[in-house]
Amino acid sequence: MTQATEVLFPTSAEDAIAQFGDGGDVTVLGGGTIVMPELTYGRLSPTKVVALARAGLDTLTVGGATVTIGAALPIARLAELADDVKALAQCALNVADYEIRRQGTVGGNLCAGEGHDAPRGDLQGPLLALDAQARSTGSGGEATEPLADFLARRSGRLLLDVTFEKPAASAFAAIDYPHTHEYTVLAVTGVRTAGGETRLAATGVAGFGTRLSAAEAAADDPEKAGAAAVGDVRLGDDALASAWYREQTLPVLVRRVLAELQEAA
Amino acid sequence: MNLTVNGVARDVESPPLTTLLDVLREELGVTSPKAGCEQGGCGACTVLVDGEPQRACLTPVGAIDGAAVTTVEGLGTPESLSPLQQAFTHHYAAQCGFCTSGMMLAADAYLQRGGTDDREAIQEALAGHVCRCTGYVKIIDAVAAAARGDSFDLSVTAASAGMTNLGGEA
Repeated sequence: MTQATEVLFPTSAEDAIAQFGDGGDVTVLGGGTIVMPELTYGRLSPTKVVALARAGLDTLTVGGATVTIGAALPIARLAELADDVKALAQCALNVADYEIRRQGTVGGNLCAGEGHDAPRGDLQGPLLALDAQARSTGSGGEATEPLADFLARRSGRLLLDVTFEKPAASAFAAIDYPHTHEYTVLAVTGVRTAGGETRLAATGVAGFGTRLSAAEAAADDPEKAGAAAVGDVRLGDDALASAWYREQTLPVLVRRVLAELQEAA
Repeated sequence: MNLTVNGVARDVESPPLTTLLDVLREELGVTSPKAGCEQGGCGACTVLVDGEPQRACLTPVGAIDGAAVTTVEGLGTPESLSPLQQAFTHHYAAQCGFCTSGMMLAADAYLQRGGTDDREAIQEALAGHVCRCTGYVKIIDAVAAAARGDSFDLSVTAASAGMTNLGGEA
């Protein structure tokens, strides 16, 4: 299998963009935590692999009011944002385990397809709540768009980085999961912007991370917001939890996040 | 490509997407990293790559060309076990032994970065490692003892367990 595969290790972002081209038949290999088992178990037989290990996309830039995260940044390094974006750092430390956080990349986590037995994309919730802009390349060239739009068409594109404004406050709440599982069962991120707007998003719901619009509209009343959040998402049964369990716990997580944001006021 | 495995420079002929686990076990004959789940969930294949624990089953060898790789063979020798290996022995932290090399390398890195005997911190450091014998209490006991710098008389440990060949084919 690997013998017939063209494997490229670009050494700069420019090389990576050129080698990715229009994305046709290209499998992007970030840290390897998702792609390698697909190869090992024969579920994926790529014709061309672009591996980002040395592409220089592992940057973390905190400049003034703006944070830019390179797609190949190891998830563990988001812990450096504990002071600026507490919820994102907390979410990162909730991902899998020590080794996986060091190896898995932000881009891989965001772009992961739906899991075999659990939702993926732990970081989607916080970065949606932060209203991040995603810069990517592929067919039609480079584009910068809201993360939600990028996620909807992520297949066939190479994520380069995500950028967002530092929030005034942020909070994260997640269901504890046993160490024998690697994925977030359900998590809620809340952000209060410098302008006083409250944004909420969930990870661990069906599909991919979702903004909780109805809950946001009711954010002044945590009880109402919690109840409204259930209508913002599709909830599924999987190996980690049932839809019923998620429906019971989503309002609790929303209330916790809003309470923490209020305390931070 | 080349790797330095337990201090010895080795050429690698396998294609770049070959897992580090397969390179170590199949090409280089280093069999202490175990092929457990081979999808990153169990931790049994964990080795140190440039001093940090990493899943060998998730690592394409092409991504770590030139790196220094350490397996348990690089921690100590049967005649001169590392303090952590002595602690594992004294506390009977290995049952079937399948998870032990991964556990030890993750624990070794935890101690190298200044980890203490705080049990929650040890659990967090070993969170990616599954022991199917469920021998976690003794594993954590061993790491805590090593963190405290406890010393052991392993001849007593061996005698009390009826072991006569401690440090042989471990």
